[in-house]
Amino acid sequence: MLSQLIEYFHNNSGRFFQMLTGHIRISACALAIAALIAVPAGFLCVRFHKLHQPATMFFGFLRIIPSLAILLLMLPIIGTGAMPATIALVLLAIPPILENTAAGLDGVAPFLLETAEGLGMSPRQVWANVRFPLALPLIFTGIKTAAVEIIASAALAARIGAGGLGDLIFTGIGLFRTDLLLIGGGSVALLSLSTGFFFSLLEKICLKYKRI
Amino acid sequence: MIDYIMKHYDDLIAATLEHLLLVLLALVISLIVAAALTILCSYSKAASNVTLGLLSMVYSIPSLAMFALLIPLTGLGRTTAVTVLVVYNQYLLLRNFLAGLENVDESIVEAAVGMGMAPMQLLFKIKLPLAKKAIIAGIRIALVATVSIATIAASINAGGLGAILFDGLRTMNYAKIVWGSVLSALLAISIDVLLRLLEKKWEPNTPP
Repeated sequence: MLSQLIEYFHNNSGRFFQMLTGHIRISACALAIAALIAVPAGFLCVRFHKLHQPATMFFGFLRIIPSLAILLLMLPIIGTGAMPATIALVLLAIPPILENTAAGLDGVAPFLLETAEGLGMSPRQVWANVRFPLALPLIFTGIKTAAVEIIASAALAARIGAGGLGDLIFTGIGLFRTDLLLIGGGSVALLSLSTGFFFSLLEKICLKYKRI
Repeated sequence: MIDYIMKHYDDLIAATLEHLLLVLLALVISLIVAAALTILCSYSKAASNVTLGLLSMVYSIPSLAMFALLIPLTGLGRTTAVTVLVVYNQYLLLRNFLAGLENVDESIVEAAVGMGMAPMQLLFKIKLPLAKKAIIAGIRIALVATVSIATIAASINAGGLGAILFDGLRTMNYAKIVWGSVLSALLAISIDVLLRLLEKKWEPNTPP
């Protein structure tokens, strides 16, 4: 078994790294877009309270729908390739970030807001200097959850032609090649574990203060 | 789209039932394992922390990768699918069960102990009825996740709605893809709604 794995890496290391970087690239791209959409959307949800209920309901439903269904539903609409895969991954990543952003911004203790106002801060300053920094740890957790989910779903996205490490797994299942299965499955598992670890580390470095 | 469902509604129903069967089978086994783990974990805080940590790590492994890693051991088919589903469910169930049992009011537990209840009596007569809501919430989350992962399990021949999805993908049959997606989404949503209702029904059970 081990010799098989070594032989694979010996012959296909270029192809393997190409798939690995492809997987990381599409995941990072989707995560960035999702964060760019979901964080402002979370802000809007808290700023305009009427939006909150329908938005969380909609994205709650979106979260319940199986990820495979969301990925495959893109197919009749946009076709195959990296583009529909990215859109589906963005859709999957928005709910956790949006929910956490809204919860974080909404959950700031009222006495802190009162204090800020008492200090003479303008509403804009309250948002930028009090609410947002205090919500940051929760937003970060949302992004971390989304990142791990995206890595998992990106493996599935290989099925609609997005490339990445999922290709290796599906080829392994198709040809019943144990070495491909172990390499594909192992590297996707390692990638998602290390992503979670990376974000935890980043959180520790970036956010020295904690929520009150 | 309508043509397809008129012609093949029996296939779709069969696939949905197969899917449901897979989900329920996984749920039953998961509940038995989770109950055993919960009782074991209730003895020591350290053990429960270690178990939850390990399970959360396993949970973050993508399901497709988990299937791929298990195929060399347990082969293709339903056995592997159910194994993976049960393993994933453990994290979701155990987390909620333990949180539910721990959140029971300290004074009630003290009163029960003062009345001379044994640890098992305390668990079954006091803690479990009071933690009912958290337990149902855990089961709801686990069921929805199971429906989702079970569609992916079709890639290793476990059948169900995922099989319709993958068939449609292979033959580029959009009607199949759409109906497979819609049915799996509907299944997940209806399970979620049903159990939420159950949760609400049991809510007023908590004492003032």
